Amino acid sequence: MYAYLIRRILATIPVMAVVAVFVFSLLFLSPGDPAAIIAGDLATADDIARIRERLGLNEPFLVQFGKWTFNLMQGDLGVSIFSNLPVSKLMLQRLEPTLMLTTTTLIIAICAAVPMGVIAAWKAGTIIDRGVMLFAVLGFSFPSFVLGYLLIYGFAIKLEVLPVQGYTSISKGFGPFLNNIILPSMTLGMVQAALIARMTRTSVLEVLAEDYIRTAHSKGLATSKVLIGHALKNAAVPIVTIIGISFALLIGGAIITESVFAIPGLGRLTVDAILRRDYPIIQGVILVFSGAYVLVNLAVDIIYTFLDPRIRY
Amino acid sequence: MTATTPAIIDIIEPPKPLSRIVYEFARRNPTVIFGSSLLLGMVIIAIFAPLFAPGDPLALAPARRLRPPQEAYWFGTDMFGRDVYTRTIYGARISLIVGISVSALSTIVGLFIGLLSGYVRIIDAIIMRIMDGLMAIPGILLAIAMMALTKASVENVIIAITIPEIPRVVRLVRGVVLQIREQPYIEAAQSIGTRFHRVLLKHILPNVMAPIIVQATYICAAAVLIEAGLSFLGAGTPPNIPSWGNIMAEGRTFFQIAFWIILFPGLFLSVTVLAINLLGDGLRDALDPRLARRM
Repeated sequence: MYAYLIRRILATIPVMAVVAVFVFSLLFLSPGDPAAIIAGDLATADDIARIRERLGLNEPFLVQFGKWTFNLMQGDLGVSIFSNLPVSKLMLQRLEPTLMLTTTTLIIAICAAVPMGVIAAWKAGTIIDRGVMLFAVLGFSFPSFVLGYLLIYGFAIKLEVLPVQGYTSISKGFGPFLNNIILPSMTLGMVQAALIARMTRTSVLEVLAEDYIRTAHSKGLATSKVLIGHALKNAAVPIVTIIGISFALLIGGAIITESVFAIPGLGRLTVDAILRRDYPIIQGVILVFSGAYVLVNLAVDIIYTFLDPRIRY
Repeated sequence: MTATTPAIIDIIEPPKPLSRIVYEFARRNPTVIFGSSLLLGMVIIAIFAPLFAPGDPLALAPARRLRPPQEAYWFGTDMFGRDVYTRTIYGARISLIVGISVSALSTIVGLFIGLLSGYVRIIDAIIMRIMDGLMAIPGILLAIAMMALTKASVENVIIAITIPEIPRVVRLVRGVVLQIREQPYIEAAQSIGTRFHRVLLKHILPNVMAPIIVQATYICAAAVLIEAGLSFLGAGTPPNIPSWGNIMAEGRTFFQIAFWIILFPGLFLSVTVLAINLLGDGLRDALDPRLARRM
């Protein structure tokens, strides 16, 4: 068990190393002169030379990579080209809204999708089941920026019950925070909910065919207890897996959702960085988000061993 | 004994005509038919865009800007007086070109790397570590990074979306290859001296085809979504090209007073993605019953 844990934790190192090498090498692999592209169309030769100097593009590749990795190890993600502030500081300022958005989204998605999936599996083949499956397909297909504007139009402009855009920190009160976060979370949570509902249905459906479910029924256990205590509990591993895997979708969606709802989070920082071609910020955001993805999936793998004692490594 | 005789006769049926086979396939897989009809409709719109929308998608007319949908402008006009209907129709071209190119490119490259990785043990470990790393980067972020470093063009958008999709294909292909290469019939083929490339082409490749076709449709749907997302964020198709993401990005500032600029391209985008996803789901059920039961 402990040997497995240590091996699993060590396995994240090469993954992160590949991420770092790739993100760094992009500057060199991209066709054309990255300094000229970052500087933009209106830049003079001086501007381009200055940016090349700032990004350290004049030095040999390995020297640059060595310096960059050394700084990275100390938590230094470089300096923004546009604002001259450290990337780590800029990201820390924008962390809270993104963290809150993704957390509420996951809570909403799981609370909505798991019961839906369980009921769909229990009532497999009925109209309820079909309804859930239809929701799942639609949830996949509606892009978050289309859904977001539809929700804004319905709830904020027509019904006027929720604010159109913006973000209120949770430190200013839970009510105002919830008011602002509910539409973005629903927008972002749609894909997540669709994925989780689908996986829950399949997984529970498989377990419901097992002998011990029949035994549980025949010894007179209430249906709800069979579904939650027996079926869902045994179906949990694939559900947790899909939550881990879909974390990448959640991050990607958060960038777009923040943009739709004018939430000042990491996504907005990224979008502003795109417009200014502020590559160090984009680099930092990728590293942090990929790191989060790797950690979430590490957590998922560790949770397995608790969820299912049959899993022995 | 006599009772079994008619059953034997029943088994030997005359071969079915093709129309009958197609009809039976359609009846058993309605989602494939529904999805592919929707998609076919969208493809026709894209190819014959000038017939569906005779106007110029770039024509400016400041005098008639921000008109709501009406008889002359079905989807209304935008802040420069351009016809949203014409622009949306032309937008289908970009989305489909990107979707199809990305799924074709990532499948071909992924298939090649996956076959190699699954068959050649020495490079397998290295390739899979690289793929694991690439998969840890959220696809849209990786595409954003690449777009930030290159000039905005449709070709670059296609490349930027293709690269994050390749590892998914590689993993899939490698998984199938690893499973099949242990089968006795492969061992048998090798022991009678069948050449490596022949084993690959005649035995391994056919087994990989079904799951890879399904995966290619899902990649196509994802690519259409990511292209629109990138354009919406300002990191995609150049703004002078009317792609759905671009139209929506431009309409953002006005969406409280001119909702139609965002609504119509958004609906077209959703319907297209839905069509491709339905096609994928249907193909998965039809081609790979084992996978269908798991999902």
